[in-house]
Amino acid sequence: MNLLIKGGRVIDPSQGIDDTLDVVVENGLVKEIGKGLAVPAAAETVDATGKYVVPGLIDMHVHLRDPGLEYKEDIISGTRAAVAGGFTSVCCMPNTKPAIDNKAIASYIINKAKTEGACNVFPVGTITQGMHGDRLAEMGELKESGCVAVSDDGKPVKNSELMRRALQYAAGIGIMVISHAEELELVGEGVMNEGFTSTELGLKGIPRVAEDIATAREIMLAEYVGAPIHIAHVSTKGAVRIIREAKARGVKVTCETAPHYFTLTDDAVRGYNTNAKMNPPLREADDVAAIKAGLKDGTIDCIATDHAPHHLDEKDVEFNEAMNGIVGLETSLPLSLKLVDEGLLTLAQLVEKMSCKPSELLGLGRGSLKAGSVADITVIDPAKQWTVTESALASKSKNSPWLGETMTGAAACTVVGGNVVFSGR
Amino acid sequence: MEFKHKDIIALRDLSKEEIELLISTAENMREVNSRDIKKVPTLRGKTIINLFYESSTRTRTSFEIAGKRLSADTVNIAPSNSSATKGETLADTALNLLAMKPDIIVMRHAVSGSHYFLSKKVGCSIINAGDGAHEHPSQGLLDMLTIKDKFGRLDGLKVAMVGDITHSRVARSDIQGLTKMGSSIFLAGPPTMMPPGVERLGNVTVCGTMKEAIQDADVVIMLRIQQERQGKTLMPNTREYSRYFGLNPENLKLAKPDAMVMHPGPINRGVEMSSYVVDGSQSHVLKQVENGVAVRMAMLYHVCGGELE
Ligand SMILES: [Zn+2]
Repeated sequence: MNLLIKGGRVIDPSQGIDDTLDVVVENGLVKEIGKGLAVPAAAETVDATGKYVVPGLIDMHVHLRDPGLEYKEDIISGTRAAVAGGFTSVCCMPNTKPAIDNKAIASYIINKAKTEGACNVFPVGTITQGMHGDRLAEMGELKESGCVAVSDDGKPVKNSELMRRALQYAAGIGIMVISHAEELELVGEGVMNEGFTSTELGLKGIPRVAEDIATAREIMLAEYVGAPIHIAHVSTKGAVRIIREAKARGVKVTCETAPHYFTLTDDAVRGYNTNAKMNPPLREADDVAAIKAGLKDGTIDCIATDHAPHHLDEKDVEFNEAMNGIVGLETSLPLSLKLVDEGLLTLAQLVEKMSCKPSELLGLGRGSLKAGSVADITVIDPAKQWTVTESALASKSKNSPWLGETMTGAAACTVVGGNVVFSGR
Repeated sequence: MEFKHKDIIALRDLSKEEIELLISTAENMREVNSRDIKKVPTLRGKTIINLFYESSTRTRTSFEIAGKRLSADTVNIAPSNSSATKGETLADTALNLLAMKPDIIVMRHAVSGSHYFLSKKVGCSIINAGDGAHEHPSQGLLDMLTIKDKFGRLDGLKVAMVGDITHSRVARSDIQGLTKMGSSIFLAGPPTMMPPGVERLGNVTVCGTMKEAIQDADVVIMLRIQQERQGKTLMPNTREYSRYFGLNPENLKLAKPDAMVMHPGPINRGVEMSSYVVDGSQSHVLKQVENGVAVRMAMLYHVCGGELE
């Protein structure tokens, strides 16, 4: 099936394009972009008037829970949530059961996504075998079997010597290391950010410096061995400052943040709301401001969601007992579009952070609408209003702090490899 | 005035007037406690479940006596040695208990905020007998009643509070209650036990030394050091603690001559307070215990929709 996406505002930072144009797709590839293009043979037409047409969004940090924890999410439901959120590719973290520390699991994920998934899935392998933090995983074979990065996400690599070796080894192979930066001794039994709110609620706090110190360690190790490092889900002003300084010094550090860290503060925990419990925890107003400043000045390269589905029973418990994490695939786009409304980012910069940059960092060969590129395309309706309800979410899990809230902006049409896989809520 | 809350979970949730109402009701309840036959029919036919996930003989007994003096049927359940260890969740326990149709559940639980969680699951009234490091409203109310007994008022007092503020639910309830009433709080303790932003809870000043906090104080509230909670990182040992944060006859002289001394108990004698102070003339520790029953009667009475004529 060929495709004509007609009359939308095409924003493609990879070619410096921001204009009202048509996009023609043939045989799964972008054929051409231009004004008043002819309809190709046997083509479906998507009217994109008043909408944005951008390279397919890429979420480089999601948890699909498959294999092993399919009661929370699986590759089918997770990719359906992804395309409903406008994502054409997702990178899934390796803390599955068993973990993605071998070729068999990586192949299982890639094959299941290809046959049953709604979008591209690129697995992230582990840094250490079984994520136990004591032996390097078989990174060479992981890369060969399709993993695009390695991470022990959910768990920091505690041993600094092992982390140094991981960075060296991965750099040699040419695979990115993604760090979950957290100093566990400082986290202790903390369940939310340490600050006035934790004091008032009487909940054990996680100090921001736990993230800052771990971020600093990763940067110093990467600098020492001359290898790249990517810091996942940055949430503190300290980490933003440390990364900014390191980048200025020429360290090969990149990072991502998630929409909740530039949208919510730890006030969202009030009422002991377990849908506001996550790791790293929601921080304070000055952290939110620092995250926004980091997005604006380019310190923060990417916006990922850390989509972390959990079953109702794992959230409908006392606060201390509740699992960390929220679903994010379907709310990321409207929350991120707010950054454009606020004048913090241009649309092109937003597309960079949600598509071009993650593709470039992980070598996905996407994030562009150049002629000949894979036709992964997201059509965004910036004015679409919709309410986040349990039934509106395609994810199996409904653990969102925005339930009941009305969002502005949504994917109007998601095209993966030239096929329309989602056409509006 | 009518008390409009189904539950009493935190003094933070109550207005000044509501706190005053609870205290004045407790004052009236004391009359019952001084009678020969200490029982009134007020809550006859009502069922109260005391659900204590953490053991506390003192608070549980006080609530039990309070319920019995109002003629309610009280049942004690300690899930720590039954269903909780079998993996039953709080929500399940609550539903099972609810099937027994109680009117009030008085709960103590180690997790802050668990009472709000329970309250959303059940229709009966919930009274918080202590949740994690959050609040202990009955203790806050009995502290206020004890202070009012001595000074006849709760405003314009300088209240010093010394010890582990971070882990103290008593501190949080006292701060919420006393600052709402118009008193000022001066905190002292090892910096490792001072939670961030505590000044923003109300009229609260964090002092550098214990001396600064108790200087010219009307009330000195000493908090319990829970040695099991302090681990190895919050203080060197109890010896050093008692040297810098213990109350003894000497430093008590810094407070006003008629200052009162309180402690939520149980006391580590020689650590938080020397026995000369615990058993001395300025100590109101036993008065606190006595007032506990009256305050809890008032709480039970008001969540059942009682109104004083
Ligand atoms: Zn993580």
